[in-house]
Amino acid sequence: MDTSPYLARADWMSLLAQADPAELSQAMDAFAPPADTAWLRPAQTGLYMLRGRVGGTGPQFNFGEITVTRCSVQAGGHIGHAWVRGSNTRHAELAALADAMLQAAHTHGELHLHVIEPLRRALDRRRDEASRKAAASKVEFFTVVRGE
Amino acid sequence: MYVAVKGGEQAIARSLELLAQAQRGDTAVPELELAQIREQLRLGVARVMQEGSLYDENLSALAIRQAAGDMLEAIFLLRAYRTTLPRFGYTLPLNTAAMRVRRRVSGTFKDIPGGQVLGPTYDYTQRLLDFEHAPVASVTPADAPLPPDMPRVLDLLDAEALIERIEPGSDPEPVDLTREPLTFPADRATRLQNLSRGDEGFLLSMAYSTQRGYAESHPFAGEIRMGEVDVRVCPEELGFAIEIGSIVLTECQMINQFHGGNGVPPQFTRGYGLSMGEGERKAMSMALVDRALRCDELAEPDDAPAQDQEFVLSHSDNVEASGFVQHLKLPHYVDFQAELSLLRTLAAQHATPSPVQQGRESFEVPTA
Repeated sequence: MDTSPYLARADWMSLLAQADPAELSQAMDAFAPPADTAWLRPAQTGLYMLRGRVGGTGPQFNFGEITVTRCSVQAGGHIGHAWVRGSNTRHAELAALADAMLQAAHTHGELHLHVIEPLRRALDRRRDEASRKAAASKVEFFTVVRGE
Repeated sequence: MYVAVKGGEQAIARSLELLAQAQRGDTAVPELELAQIREQLRLGVARVMQEGSLYDENLSALAIRQAAGDMLEAIFLLRAYRTTLPRFGYTLPLNTAAMRVRRRVSGTFKDIPGGQVLGPTYDYTQRLLDFEHAPVASVTPADAPLPPDMPRVLDLLDAEALIERIEPGSDPEPVDLTREPLTFPADRATRLQNLSRGDEGFLLSMAYSTQRGYAESHPFAGEIRMGEVDVRVCPEELGFAIEIGSIVLTECQMINQFHGGNGVPPQFTRGYGLSMGEGERKAMSMALVDRALRCDELAEPDDAPAQDQEFVLSHSDNVEASGFVQHLKLPHYVDFQAELSLLRTLAAQHATPSPVQQGRESFEVPTA
């Protein structure tokens, strides 16, 4: 497998799943699917059981389920997979296609530049803003000392 | 005698039409869009996800609209829908220590690393109905984000060995109540799955009873945190772990007194609660009930309702409870005919007592 000089495959797959579906769709508009594109496993929605840990650190327990859409595609001689939370089939399809094209040396650089990096910046920006808004509600205690 | 009864198809068809009309209400008023429910009724959406035991905001919003806001009906709809979906597997354990925090408070320590972050909460509202419904003010973000790693408050006590440490041990495969029936005694992991799905009102009442003295546990809210947590899975096709998205969770770590026992020195113990979305009341109630149910493990007296795991776990599920209570509406004509006929016989015997009864019966029916 061709490897990325920038990111491991797990990192870009995670980012594609975490991305805003509309932003991913817009970024992928510039890339035509390779001629050999074939959907090996059409997008299908199912369930994962979420696992928690007792006390946050202890033994595992089954917490409740979550909808996940998965999809596999062959494109450009590579097999792309996607597992994306929720039931947005388009999101899973685009993520699988991007995964396949990121594995191919001749398309990796362009996708990295025009899909992965902008999506990562957008995700970082959203997280930073949410965190700074939460930080605005941080309590500053003023202690009054009584007596001498 | 068995009497087959057939009929009512027409009436049921008309009833369904009436229900559809009632659910829609006045057609001059625009229909609710799912996005409106998801965005503006997010706490209701969270409750339906949690007790429906399925994290999906869109399905939850759809269920709430279809159930005309009846949360228990919406929860039932979500539980029914999940049975139609294939199970892909189990996620890796959620790492709540790496939560991207939106709210985090402690009732035990004023100065905690990372600070007390209030976030969006009704706690400081005056509970006055807002007839004006003023436009939403925008929040000016702070200059710096919160620290990426907000240490757990309980770790502060852990460093002094004053609180029990909870380790994964051999990290056993937990019981999955969606696949296996509940059996007693249930271990803590199984109890937590049951409580996770459990009715918020029921757990709230059980938790309240422990505070009022039915199972003395003297609790403190060690830490409550709410924010985004990444969901990770490790599919066989890949052989490595990936994130598939993130979800909002509320976690409550309750601290409780423990006088020592079962070879354990006096120390603080913990109760644990976890809830989907912003579900603080649920997470706190769950944590209190979790702690009360540990009475056997901690060799505590177990005479309170909240400590009786068979009672608590058997009655926590509102889909089961609602079904069993409401089934009484369905035809019980034959059952009731049998009771009626028995009672008529008894009443007739009472009116004309047999010689034996005359000598033995001591009660009398009062006359006006």
